[in-house]
Amino acid sequence: MSMQAELAAPAAGRAGFLSETTARRIEAVILPLAALLAGMIAFAIFLAFLGKSPLDFYLLVYKAGFGTAFSWTNTLARAAPLLLAALCVALPARLGLVIIGGEGAIVLGGVAAGAVATLVPGLPGPAGIIAMALAAAAAGGLWIGGVGALRHLRGVNETIASLLLAYIAIALMNHLVEGLLRDPASLNKPSTAPLPETWRIGEIPGLGVHWGLAVGILACIASWVLIERTTWGFAARIVGGNVRAAQIQGLPAGLLAIGFTALGGAFAGLAGMFEVAAVHGSANASLAAGYGYTGILIAFLARHNGLAIIPAAILFAGFEASSGLVQRRLALPDATVLVLEGMVFIAILLSDTLQDRFRFLAFLERRQK
Amino acid sequence: MTDDIGLWGVPLAILGGAIRVSTPFIFVSVGECLTERSGRINLGLEGTLVFGAMSGYAVAYHTGSPWLGTLAAAFAGLLFGLLHGFICKLPRVNDIAIGIALMIFGTGLAFFFGKPYVQPVAPDLPAIPLGFWSSLPQVQAALNINVLFIAGIALAFAASWMLKNTRIGLTIRVVGDSADAARALGINVNRVRLWSTAAGGALAGIGGAYLSLYYPGSWNEGISSGQGLMAVALVIFARWSPVNCLYASLLFGGAGALGPALQSVGVSSGYYLFYAAPYALTLGLLVATSSRTRAMPSAPGELSIIK
Repeated sequence: MSMQAELAAPAAGRAGFLSETTARRIEAVILPLAALLAGMIAFAIFLAFLGKSPLDFYLLVYKAGFGTAFSWTNTLARAAPLLLAALCVALPARLGLVIIGGEGAIVLGGVAAGAVATLVPGLPGPAGIIAMALAAAAAGGLWIGGVGALRHLRGVNETIASLLLAYIAIALMNHLVEGLLRDPASLNKPSTAPLPETWRIGEIPGLGVHWGLAVGILACIASWVLIERTTWGFAARIVGGNVRAAQIQGLPAGLLAIGFTALGGAFAGLAGMFEVAAVHGSANASLAAGYGYTGILIAFLARHNGLAIIPAAILFAGFEASSGLVQRRLALPDATVLVLEGMVFIAILLSDTLQDRFRFLAFLERRQK
Repeated sequence: MTDDIGLWGVPLAILGGAIRVSTPFIFVSVGECLTERSGRINLGLEGTLVFGAMSGYAVAYHTGSPWLGTLAAAFAGLLFGLLHGFICKLPRVNDIAIGIALMIFGTGLAFFFGKPYVQPVAPDLPAIPLGFWSSLPQVQAALNINVLFIAGIALAFAASWMLKNTRIGLTIRVVGDSADAARALGINVNRVRLWSTAAGGALAGIGGAYLSLYYPGSWNEGISSGQGLMAVALVIFARWSPVNCLYASLLFGGAGALGPALQSVGVSSGYYLFYAAPYALTLGLLVATSSRTRAMPSAPGELSIIK
């Protein structure tokens, strides 16, 4: 495709105004957006077949997810853990590692935060919050960093290992929350002891959303800088392109793999900490809410680019925030959003086949000398 | 003779559990084995398993026949396999990522359509009471063997024989070991992989039907706890041999039965840790059998996860 376009272009004479790099960059933005749209259209057809109005569905999603100030608050609060969960997929992905067990790091991060509150409840507020954040990041970082280490040291497939570890993490959480760390006062839903009031993380003034959102956005920006603007990120991208070439260049592929997986895991662990400290108030089974799995989709939609994760996470947070209203108004099951996510995911992966081959903006490029 | 057999109940319950719990593992892992021998990996079998469980249960409920349900589950699995195989035919599409997407999609569809079937009761698949000679209820319970378990054993041996001795088996192996060699022989690589993935999907669908129609024997959203995924890991441990998949499945079934078996004799602390035993076992075996420096012996050369 691109070969033909390249050959045909000089004869036709390119009257365009873009450099080839710019044209390719715009294409790299348009293609995932088109895939997102295609997935949403496929879901609309699916709904129409079931006799439900797709228009009503998307209007409700808009209303419940983005229509009012209240719905924005709700959406952004859900976006906070999704941003951090998506980074747990995106950072290792730049090295060519497909990590899908972020859920485990979120859960353990939350449990670590709850454990700190149980073990040293006497700390003053800010110190307690810092201790929780450190414990959560360490738990998540060790968990997912361990996957990177297994990959590097033993060649264990990281995709399967990370998902198995997610199941183990949830079992570990249940074990701790119902045993060692259980607050005897929590009867119906076993939980850790409630956080001291001063340890609770408050809202960003004027926004009504907890500080996890700000941390998530900062983490996304920092990850983008790390990947695109530092030598470590450059080395990671080379490893992701071709491990053998990177090793011949003397790049520490193994250390990079461990470092990036650990960093991603630490972010996911922080997501768990914010769920505990800003939302639930204690660690319990609500931590396994599926944020880790939606994060996979968000990272792929954003093509593992830290900045693109921000709008992608907000979009899917809006979809998930609208789930309740859609269920009630359209009498659709709660798994509706899961079907939509599956369709969008498939459409995005299908668009990979067109990436860099379907040069639909070639006609806008400047004539080459 | 009293019914109290004390600690002997533990190995007996593990044996019974191994037989009951292993059947879905057998079907999914033998199916995945065929897919992987053709050089592709389908991580979406977890979604296929859940959708198979739902569709099998729904059809069995409406028709009153668990066998029609099993057939429907196999057909649904076949469609999921075809979808995976078809998408992976396109250039530059990552089979692992497609598997993850299909895992979400299959699970989502199953929950979406399965909502009305959580309450109704569908007929179960029949079991053969091979423990009739014993007066002990524990022995009878352990040896109450489902027809699909026997079919699974036959399937594992048949698949091994097919891979080794038939033209189809040879074709699958050539495609899995070297796509270039296969093309040179005039084999349509994509078509072989498409149908190998479809067959794997159909078997995973049957595994799902076993879950909802026999053990645990009802449809709900928590029906699969990652069996589809563990089965994929199990194929690596089984070194891509269907008969080894059978043995590994039995081992996993036993590990999965450990928690409930210990609970039945009064060991209840650490229940959740025993629940994690199959996952930990899978991971431990993966770590033990993987290697950084050399390709795994008998691994299909085209497989993306070992490159």
